[in-house]
Amino acid sequence: MSSPNVILDAAAIQRVLTRIAHEIAERNENGAEVVLAGIPVGGDHLARRLGKILSEIWSQPVPVGILDVSMHRDDLDQRAAPKIHPTVIPFDVTGKTVVLVDDVLFSGRTTRAAMDALNDFGRPKNIQLAVVIDRGHRELPIKADFVGKNVPTAGNDKIRVRLVENDGVDEVVLERAE
Amino acid sequence: MTWARKHLLDIESLTPDEIVTVLDTARAFKAVGERAIKKVPALRGRTVINLFVEPSTRTRISFELAEQRLSADVINFSAEASSFKKGETLKDTARNLEALNADFIVIRHSASGAPHFLARVLDVHVINAGDGAHEHPTQALLDVFTIREHKGRIAGLNITILGDVLYSRVARSNIWALMKLGAAVTVCGPATLVPKTFEQMGCRVTYDVDEAIRNADIINLLRIQHERQRKTMFPSINEYIQLFGLNKARLAKAKPDALIMHPGPINRGVEIDSDIADSGRSLVLEQVTNGLAVRMAVLFLVNGGKGPQEVAEN
Repeated sequence: MSSPNVILDAAAIQRVLTRIAHEIAERNENGAEVVLAGIPVGGDHLARRLGKILSEIWSQPVPVGILDVSMHRDDLDQRAAPKIHPTVIPFDVTGKTVVLVDDVLFSGRTTRAAMDALNDFGRPKNIQLAVVIDRGHRELPIKADFVGKNVPTAGNDKIRVRLVENDGVDEVVLERAE
Repeated sequence: MTWARKHLLDIESLTPDEIVTVLDTARAFKAVGERAIKKVPALRGRTVINLFVEPSTRTRISFELAEQRLSADVINFSAEASSFKKGETLKDTARNLEALNADFIVIRHSASGAPHFLARVLDVHVINAGDGAHEHPTQALLDVFTIREHKGRIAGLNITILGDVLYSRVARSNIWALMKLGAAVTVCGPATLVPKTFEQMGCRVTYDVDEAIRNADIINLLRIQHERQRKTMFPSINEYIQLFGLNKARLAKAKPDALIMHPGPINRGVEIDSDIADSGRSLVLEQVTNGLAVRMAVLFLVNGGKGPQEVAEN
């Protein structure tokens, strides 16, 4: 049994993305050097939304890519093979500031895999990390640059980030383990 | 996403969902092959032994490259230079390889069922790279992948398999895969090489080549396998060329968008005329490229196959 609890609704997700976009713009003065890379499932849609807000702030298009990390995971011999999503990086990352976008930051292993995967496409000048939810329980020395909401959780709680693009609704739900 | 298998032994036992999972996964691996850096660390630290008891060049090279692109450590073991010559049994050879802590064995063997036997007696992942006249699952998967790329679907297509069907593991695996995904399959060739028993697999058997290719969306040509024929199954090569060889005149009677496949190696001028083999309607070289992606996908999926598990989050 678990009790679901909406911690961000559609309006709150929109506010969070707008704030993160402004923080990215504040941190990176030269918008022409910034590209976004979303991690499926979830991060790719969030990256697209952030890219849209950022292109309005900077009045120029912001390249957005999709970075699938499943071939770079460190637990491939301990689990069923994950579903692979297409990786689409239609720009050169070398010399750029790449902002990785993910829905939830948990152990940090996905982020590590993402940095590893990104190496195959070039050598970014900087890599930054934007997440909607930071739920703690890091297993690696990784920290997000831009966080939508910090949510204290127990290790076996579940965070569901539902997005219109995948689930028809925008909400973040915390399911407490009993 | 449905894949919980530890081995890939045949197509016959796969579900349509499992076949589609391989095809979808292969698409992502094909994209990896188009990058500047074509290697991913998915099988880093894992050891693959390519146990090719029957000679093979292209399948072995394809598997070897697929393994290297997944960052596995690769050992090639071929019949000519091996202990089989000294009388060691397959089981003993395989046990010795397992004792080296191998994680995967990719096996090509002239005896049908050899991969299934290894899967029973060993604790490693076993992938069938062709067993006798039984099955050649990765060839069928790459063929289906190639057809789907060009036609967008498999269901409802007419596929004709033409040539030496009797001795062909490629034909058997293809028939299983295509039928499971809803294609209509016709097999055609000399009566001695295309027994009526293939009708039991659900496909149509005909000995009239013009009729066989008239409505075909794909014509998959099979090589005449001289090495597997213990006796002559048709009077002469010349007669085969006359009656069953694919030439321009014959192809003109097929649908204008019918495409031609061949698992290789091609006998130019026998199964297929040179100018057709080199034409834009031939998918032969794409099959080779796709074979690499499909084999990477199979290795990747099988590596995780220990039964369904909760997927770790984030």
